[in-house]
Amino acid sequence: MSRLVSRRSLLRAGSAAAGTLLLAGCDGVFESPAMRGALDFGQFVSLRVQHLLLSGQPLAREFAVADISPEFPLNGTSMPGGFGYFQMMVSQFARWRLTVDGLVRRPLSLSLDEIKALPARTQITLHCCDEGWSAIGQWTGVQLSHLLQACELMPNVRYIVFHCLDELERTPDRSGLYYESLDLFDAFHPQTILAYGMNGQPLPVAHGAPLRLRVERQIGYKNAKYVTRIEAVATLDHIGRGKGGFWEDRGYQWYAGL
Amino acid sequence: MAVSEPSPTAGTQDAAPKREVIYRHALVVRATHWINVLCLALLLMSGLRIFNYHPALYWGNYGYRGVPAVVSIDAAVDPDSGAPVGVTRIAGLSFVTTGVLGVSRDSERGMVARAFPAWLTLPGEPGLALARDWHFLMAWLFVVNGAVYLLFGAFSGHFRRDLAPAADQLRARHILADLWDHVRLRAPRGEAARRYNVLQKLAYLTVVFLLLPVMVLSGLTMSPAVTAALPGLFDLFGGRQSARTIHFLVANLLVLFVLVHVIELLLAGVVNGMRSMITGRYVIRPQAGP
Repeated sequence: MSRLVSRRSLLRAGSAAAGTLLLAGCDGVFESPAMRGALDFGQFVSLRVQHLLLSGQPLAREFAVADISPEFPLNGTSMPGGFGYFQMMVSQFARWRLTVDGLVRRPLSLSLDEIKALPARTQITLHCCDEGWSAIGQWTGVQLSHLLQACELMPNVRYIVFHCLDELERTPDRSGLYYESLDLFDAFHPQTILAYGMNGQPLPVAHGAPLRLRVERQIGYKNAKYVTRIEAVATLDHIGRGKGGFWEDRGYQWYAGL
Repeated sequence: MAVSEPSPTAGTQDAAPKREVIYRHALVVRATHWINVLCLALLLMSGLRIFNYHPALYWGNYGYRGVPAVVSIDAAVDPDSGAPVGVTRIAGLSFVTTGVLGVSRDSERGMVARAFPAWLTLPGEPGLALARDWHFLMAWLFVVNGAVYLLFGAFSGHFRRDLAPAADQLRARHILADLWDHVRLRAPRGEAARRYNVLQKLAYLTVVFLLLPVMVLSGLTMSPAVTAALPGLFDLFGGRQSARTIHFLVANLLVLFVLVHVIELLLAGVVNGMRSMITGRYVIRPQAGP
């Protein structure tokens, strides 16, 4: 994928472009830690201002069935590799289980049927990709807050991590497995659901079967597909490369509300 | 009045016309102007880089490849030569834009398929995350800077005194005369140069109170967090993709404004103009005789 570019090369490219701008002579500026610090400060401001704006936890707009877009583009993995996933898919995920663990008092292990038996929420929402396109889909699933209450989070939990079955970047150390994370602000939002249904049908494999995350107030890549394990953690440091997600580890913003 | 030219007998009799220096731009106006130059340049370049990731614009809430586009900038292949061709489509019309839009030359890789050329974008090479980082950091700076300017403009009298057209400037005759001066590329001299001309005032007012606010609001409409808090933005612009399209079109209008702005600067005197926007001091040249 064209997006698989290291942060270093991104920064180098940025400084090259800056050189062509009026800022020739400031070559080192765009690569400097100070500049990275400024960009990180921008991310911090965006997060704080948007959390303030969302302090009443409003719902993202929900649309009518007639508004659903005729298609829903695919990004990331559309068919996870590996025999394990193939076997699960053929058996219609009968032996698949969702694990909820980490800093919890009651770890959970749920089958797809058990998840479907929980109270369901259906929402028709706009999915916004950071590349610019957007599509409208209907999602049915269980509210994440329901599972988080059932597993009894410990008081030091700050993030919820979503481990996925798909390997978006093939590496020997398996560091290319997709994962994502949310803070509790978004994890407990009523529209943050684990969806097993899309547009009135079982969630298709291309869209993350059997279970995917929907986090409606953030950009596309936060909506992890093929979720298999939910881990409650106090810090993101020990997971992946420590930035809180597959794309985040590759330079993308952890908070993607914009 | 700007249109009345002094008769040879009046005005110039007493003494030779004198060069006068006035204090034209307050410090806040100068500082916010140059911060704005930096912001808009980096916002434009990072915005074009983001655009390159999905170089098509739609109307409504959803839009993706396969949905009819209002504007698109793509690369196609010439069926005869097999060479890449840049194709820009605007409202159903197709233009070949090879070299600039759709396909552009790269010193290392030859002709490369991309909507806007690397020299116009930040970063120059693929880097969506970095482009978004720059875009949003500069957007914050732009908003804070703009707020400072608006507060200053409202409370210092800058808007009322400098930007609001005076009664005499709003007369049809005056506007037509000013238009005619612009057509002839004639810059104001003498007394007329003490204030902004009426077209200049209207252009600044349009940019400050219409185009730039629309840029901010249409940009915010693309943020799923902002629209959760302010869903009325969808209705204001007719959907997220409509807002994105408007964001792009208004960015083009701003580029057009900057081009005219710079041309006017060159016509009116680049040294005097730049000095006034740096030190605040502007030289009123004597009005040329008939």
